[in-house]
Amino acid sequence: MASNSIAPGGTYLSHKNAPVLPPPKQKDAWWERLRRSFFGTPLSAFLTLLSSGLILWLTPDLLRFVLFDAVWNAPDGEACRVPGAGACWAFVWHKLPYFIFGSYPEHERWRVVVTLVLGALLLAWLLWPQKMGKHPDKPFAAALLFLVYPLVALVLLLGAPIFGLPMVDTDLWGGIFLSLVVAGVGIVVSMPLGIILALGRRSSLPVIALASTSFIEFVRGVPMITVLFMANFMLPLFLPETVHIDRLSRPLVGVALFASAYMAEVVRGGLQAVPKGQYEGSAALGFTTWQSLRLVILPQAIVHVIPGIVNTFIGLFKDTTLVAIVGIFDFLRTVETARLDPVWAGPTISATGYLFAALFYGTICFGMSRYSIGIERRLAERKKGRVA
Amino acid sequence: MSSTNVHGAKSPNSQMPNSQNWDQELAVSIRGLNKWYGAFQVLRDINLDVGVSEKIILCGPSGSGKSTLIRCVNRLETFQAGTLTVDGIALTDDLKRIEEVRREVGMVFQHFNLFPHLTILENCTLAPIQVRKLSKGRATEIAMHFLERVRIPEQAHKYPGQLSGGQQQRVAIARALCMNPKIMLFDEPTSALDPEMVQEVLDIMVQLAREGMTMLCVTHEMGFARQIADRIVFMDSGEILEIAPPREFFTNPRHPRTKMFLGQIL
Repeated sequence: MASNSIAPGGTYLSHKNAPVLPPPKQKDAWWERLRRSFFGTPLSAFLTLLSSGLILWLTPDLLRFVLFDAVWNAPDGEACRVPGAGACWAFVWHKLPYFIFGSYPEHERWRVVVTLVLGALLLAWLLWPQKMGKHPDKPFAAALLFLVYPLVALVLLLGAPIFGLPMVDTDLWGGIFLSLVVAGVGIVVSMPLGIILALGRRSSLPVIALASTSFIEFVRGVPMITVLFMANFMLPLFLPETVHIDRLSRPLVGVALFASAYMAEVVRGGLQAVPKGQYEGSAALGFTTWQSLRLVILPQAIVHVIPGIVNTFIGLFKDTTLVAIVGIFDFLRTVETARLDPVWAGPTISATGYLFAALFYGTICFGMSRYSIGIERRLAERKKGRVA
Repeated sequence: MSSTNVHGAKSPNSQMPNSQNWDQELAVSIRGLNKWYGAFQVLRDINLDVGVSEKIILCGPSGSGKSTLIRCVNRLETFQAGTLTVDGIALTDDLKRIEEVRREVGMVFQHFNLFPHLTILENCTLAPIQVRKLSKGRATEIAMHFLERVRIPEQAHKYPGQLSGGQQQRVAIARALCMNPKIMLFDEPTSALDPEMVQEVLDIMVQLAREGMTMLCVTHEMGFARQIADRIVFMDSGEILEIAPPREFFTNPRHPRTKMFLGQIL
């Protein structure tokens, strides 16, 4: 569109408004855009061909192993030992109860199912996206999940003879359910403890700041396995001999403390991202320090670091496999054990078992990651004012 | 330096500014106040008494300590020497007293400092509910009253980020008023605003002044100062150099640095 030019030093006065026009049409067809993204430059074309080649080369073998040559149904390992047989899904299917429940007594397993379903429902209630600004039941859901549910789960899983639930020794716990218990305890403890440690590290009282900092730096400075060994072998030394600590609770303490130290640093980052004006604004209204933290600072700090928090949770969830090292039968350890069963032993059993474990961990971690991205998007929308 | 108290008769109708309409009773009393940042002295022997209903404008070049001074009044800043009494309460390190003072002293900041994670209405009701222990219904009623006063009741359910700077600052004023403060502090309330939004905020402040609020205001808006101030305090390098009613201050400044400052900004 031709515009009248204005010479240097020229003056101008608008007499009519410039017309409001729709944006120019996208000229490219979709295949044109596709071509540009995949073959736009020689390098791009080369990489496209290379990766297509890799995919074509690997996919058939993978599909053959996982799907076409897989053994879906078999009473024992016989069919899986046939040369050229693929993944032995029958093995996974037969061992599934063991993978899920470990050695938990068969007629008591409903208790585990109830615990897991209850937890899933509460979690779904807490995490279900709600219209922004309307969150009256979320604190209630959080209180249930963080305060009431752990007690209920403890009674259900461990047993309480007064309610007619026979005791189940933690030596019998194992499998996916145990992994979830370890991760759950880690998450439920590390969130509040991490917040407390982060606040402690920023405290103006030197004793509290020093204690928090030393704890965080010490726990973060040693490998998780060291923390687990220490929890396992040193915890009993610090306690009176008459107190017997359960074999499972020792690594639980270790995992929870380890996760707390990491969480503390993530939360501290969030606290630092809250502008000084927010502290001053709330102080000027007469809030006590605690009120200001609870109502103004922490809600903003936590939101800032949701990606970091979820990242810590994902790391924690995968780290639960390390408890096997102090003799706890987590999910990966049950796979380890099951693949040695002579009834099933065969060339594809290990690969099948580990593939199943990878699918399990991958699915859950991917889910957490997607949820976190969803939350971030919603918060970004709110910042832009699109969600009322 | 004594306050230039003129005990004019205070009739109910004498709400017009510039007519010495404040009470003898002191809202704020600052005596021999000194403050250092490390070795650097930012406030030097500050003496200022503010009567109930009096409007004080603090002005001076940047870095003169005027913001620091009013931030001492609600103890956002500490000081090392001198006394500061607010509403009869002497400010010490005692946290309870500081919170007591802050409940009675409203503050409006240059950058609004609204809580971005709460709606406008929640911004206004949070402190009355949590600090004053009002019921949610009562707090909402009060908040809507003040949001109407600052002329944005229709924005009550939006978030601060969705409002213009001028609107945000008006919310910040409403938020402070919801606590029913006896004294209002303004720390350059229009400095961060786009020029076309300055007036809407000043209008609210003029209205507040007319209603007899005790105000301490740091500002560069000299027209506004002339309109509402009972006294103008001129500060430079951490010192009060001149205190005068606006007419005198603008037409007949006495301190050479006041003259220079006015020469630069008017």
